[in-house]
Amino acid sequence: MPGLGITYGRGGATTHLMDLQNSDCIIIQGSNMAEAHPVGFRHPMIAREKGATLIHVDPRFTRTSAMCNIYAPIRAGTDIAFLGGLINYVIENEKYFEEYVVNYTNAPTLITEDYEDLDETGLFIGWDEERQGYNPEFWRYEGAPIDYAPVGGSQGAITGSGSEAGGGEEAAPEGERPTDESLQHPRCVFQILKRHFSKYTPEMVERITGCPEDAFLKVAEIICENSGREKTTAFCYAVGWTQHSKGVQIIRAAAILQLLLGNVGRPGGGVMALRGHATIQGSTDIATLYNILPGYLTMPDVNKQHDTWEDYVEEETAATGWLSNFPKYISSIMKAWYGEDFDVEDGQLFDYFPRLSGDHSYYPTIMQMKDGNVKGCFVFGQNFAVGGPHARMARDGLRNLDWLVILDAFEVETATAWKADGVDPSECGTEVFFIPSALIAEKDGSFTQTHRMLQWHDKAVDPPDDARSDAWFVFHLGRRLKELYKDSKNPRDSLIRAMTWDYPTEGEHEEPDIESILKEISGYHVADGSPVSNFLELKDDGSTACGGWIYSGVYADGVNQARRRKPAREQSLMAPEWGWAWPDNRRVLYNRASADPEGKPWSERKKLIWWDEEQGKWTGLDNPDFIPTKRPDYRPGSDAEGLDAIPGNGPFIMQGDGKGWLFATVGLTDGPLPVHYEPVESPVSNLLYYQQYDPAARTFDRPDNPYNKSLDPKYPCVVTTYRLTEHHTSGAMSRWIPWLNELQPELFAEIDPELAEQKDIQNADWVTIETTRGKIHCKALVTDRVPILAFEGESIHTIGLPYHWGPNGLVKGDVVNDLVPVSLESNVAIHEAKAFTANLRKGRV
Amino acid sequence: MATGFLTDTTVCIGCKACEVACKQWNQIPADGYELTGASYDNTKHLSGTTWRHVAFIENPKKRRLTGDVDLVALAEDVREQLPHGAELDALGRWTFMSDVCKHCVEAPCQQACPTGAIIRNEFDNVYIQPDVCNGCGYCVPACPYGVITNIPDDGRAFKCTLCYDRQRDGLEPACAKACPTNSIMFGDVEELEAIAEERIASLQAKGYTNAFIYGTPEVGGTGGIGGNHSKFILMDEPETYNLPRHPFMPQDKVKPAVVGIAVAAGVLSAVVALAFRD
Repeated sequence: MPGLGITYGRGGATTHLMDLQNSDCIIIQGSNMAEAHPVGFRHPMIAREKGATLIHVDPRFTRTSAMCNIYAPIRAGTDIAFLGGLINYVIENEKYFEEYVVNYTNAPTLITEDYEDLDETGLFIGWDEERQGYNPEFWRYEGAPIDYAPVGGSQGAITGSGSEAGGGEEAAPEGERPTDESLQHPRCVFQILKRHFSKYTPEMVERITGCPEDAFLKVAEIICENSGREKTTAFCYAVGWTQHSKGVQIIRAAAILQLLLGNVGRPGGGVMALRGHATIQGSTDIATLYNILPGYLTMPDVNKQHDTWEDYVEEETAATGWLSNFPKYISSIMKAWYGEDFDVEDGQLFDYFPRLSGDHSYYPTIMQMKDGNVKGCFVFGQNFAVGGPHARMARDGLRNLDWLVILDAFEVETATAWKADGVDPSECGTEVFFIPSALIAEKDGSFTQTHRMLQWHDKAVDPPDDARSDAWFVFHLGRRLKELYKDSKNPRDSLIRAMTWDYPTEGEHEEPDIESILKEISGYHVADGSPVSNFLELKDDGSTACGGWIYSGVYADGVNQARRRKPAREQSLMAPEWGWAWPDNRRVLYNRASADPEGKPWSERKKLIWWDEEQGKWTGLDNPDFIPTKRPDYRPGSDAEGLDAIPGNGPFIMQGDGKGWLFATVGLTDGPLPVHYEPVESPVSNLLYYQQYDPAARTFDRPDNPYNKSLDPKYPCVVTTYRLTEHHTSGAMSRWIPWLNELQPELFAEIDPELAEQKDIQNADWVTIETTRGKIHCKALVTDRVPILAFEGESIHTIGLPYHWGPNGLVKGDVVNDLVPVSLESNVAIHEAKAFTANLRKGRV
Repeated sequence: MATGFLTDTTVCIGCKACEVACKQWNQIPADGYELTGASYDNTKHLSGTTWRHVAFIENPKKRRLTGDVDLVALAEDVREQLPHGAELDALGRWTFMSDVCKHCVEAPCQQACPTGAIIRNEFDNVYIQPDVCNGCGYCVPACPYGVITNIPDDGRAFKCTLCYDRQRDGLEPACAKACPTNSIMFGDVEELEAIAEERIASLQAKGYTNAFIYGTPEVGGTGGIGGNHSKFILMDEPETYNLPRHPFMPQDKVKPAVVGIAVAAGVLSAVVALAFRD
């Protein structure tokens, strides 16, 4: 999540769900929180009861809208125009929290003269037409050297040089970094920001988004009224923001707005990133992503200075900020994984460590599968034959594998692609191994939920028959591989031979002891195996082992801290003894910002942590997310390194300068500031710039992935996909449950009454929805909850499509994702399912 | 002590967790997989196999005003319409209501039951004893709320038991346990009444002057059934939620019906007598 990572330093929600109860205003945008996170939505409901104003900004009036005080409709894919409008409103009306902005953000910092404001082309300076990407060297701070790593490495235009965890690798300044605390210098970040967003007037917001100016202004007034010393506003978003060709910049826009309003790091404030599954946060923390190591550490790459252990560590260690600790964290990972075979002095074993050699993200891999370049595939807890965009291409890819191993509790579509889509199974050469897997209640483990909190669950019953936990499968596969290679003399096998794989097992099926894995992730002293208390104890000399530094401390004192279940009513609302949150059980990130520059709470009502002069340390209601004994008046010299470079008024400790980044000098592939672009597929033109869609967005020129051209009259409707409370994502776990299926038995398309009348469609009639990729049939749900949005005098119609159905299960339906194009956001390679175009026809044609 | 429910529709998010929790705990089968096209409601109504049902009411504001209290007009005070469909204060524009057996004080189903299968148990809940019920179905039309039906399998009648088994073990009913927003509360009826009245006062103070407790005398009352142990906080007319404004005991219609028949018989006799007087 570089949207938050680049701006604040960490790619995780800045706050926690219960803290939403402290909010005076909650704006939910890019999320259907009541439907997709019904349990977490309890907290906004409590806030509402306590008097907070709830606002929903969305292309559809949903169950979330129904619970909010204000509903503001917008056309799908125009979030930056709306948020940019709010930023402009805040600056023009001088509603920003000046003391916060001056001290805690990079607003006063001067940007080099090389930078030029964005002109009507919509391309920032540094655009390389040939490479179709940016050189960020023009976006640097004044006085900073031009030594930024070129964007990419092996991942080409897909992933930026900034790590997932943060944009902290900003180069050290040569001498004093010029600033203007009056915020008047024309080249200070604040003035650049002001000029950049001046186009986003309330009239322009209405013209682009279709949201009536009155409603927009009402939202703007309310969030400003509910921000400042005494009050805080929170933002909640989910994949309604991420699944766009410019999703990172949408999140950036909200992150910038929250910095201007002074809402980050404070109770009831922040940006709540709502995650789509039970442990999606965990899956990126202890990385299942191909391009990061646990704790968001950079994956070694053949196209970077990563040839030897020494090169790699030197290259990835930040000069200033928290990631100057990189050597401690990476050494501890290697000790956890390879034990005494890994010598951190010579790091010889690192020579055999896998390195990135290209773009191995999900979508290009599916294309490689289809093109015959992938031989085999393991699938755990995934059903991309239905749940992935352009799902038909994924099914074609699955049919082109030599072998497929799939672990699931039900026979999901990914396991049956070989007999789907009318293909002759005898023509499909894929050997499919379907392994029955245990469900949640049938195994031990932890979930890392939406606000970075780990909650342990114990096994309640044994899994039926041959079903085993996924961990059982991986553990015994590893054990057999080690057995297979134990006598190998080939150096390339040395990692498998060295791998520590000695987890104890229990029960007749020899299930691995999951707590022992948690203990390894949390970290221990190599000498005596005693657990570390947190990442401050980790060393780069090989004396500590830790499988994921951000989780360090979850097994502190030899206790599974994630199992703690002390209810909030028996402790403070921060509930530090319920589960365990990374980092170091801090519940509100950047909470140094909850105190003023002198270290005193901004107000009694909004106090969280503060500087205790007597004790000489930070203290309060949450674990301080700051260097515990750093005085608020500490200022670093220009030659300070590592954590010494973080000033006492720099709450964003992961950043090299300790400041929240209104302007991103590095780390983003598509510009230092958010810009309104239309989606890759849009029925209308960009009213602000010549550039129609995000110039860095990645599209694929393949005959099997055509796009609906912008403004193509054949595809006049905007489609947005979403989930319903009653089903789980691709339906993999819900389409087999009668009690859920009766509640939402069938795919439907939500359309507005005007569109229905134009096409002579009655409620519950069959309709066909088509794109250049394919078409689907479903019933129409005609409802005035789908707003008709005006654009330059024309009506824009939206089609809402839940995507839970497929050909298997007790209830079946067409695969909505067959319609979705593979057009990817440039920073994180996420597809654009929340805004694309289609045509609607009556009947099944 | 009498136990019951308080269902507060103003905090219901329409997640249907209550429906699923009820069916799972009580092991009730699904009713089939049919898209009704009626908003997000595909289980349609309460029945012998659906003991909790969440109604989805789209756009209650569009409904015509009827009855004694102009609830919608009151609501206009807090809902300001903007052009192009934008709406400030959307509260109540798409309403959800988790319906359940009302556990009437004078339960018509119990009075109609010829076998004594329907009793008031030790928690003062209206309870159908499945081993006594013979499936005669008299309770079905007797219920003024349409709560009970005979199940297709063996013809016996079923409805919400208020999770009698869970209460025996000191647990709250499954639906209340599963509700993420405390829209469904369970407890002592008198305490729930107090909570409901406090809640109405607080809603009124916030400007939601249309909030009321279903069955309150100002909006129809509960007629002959003497009150409900399942209480509801509503924001719109009872009819909006498919609830009767004036629930009644079927036998209350007997006397007027007998009189009516007698009168009709008299008139007919007179007509006949007149017609044949010659």
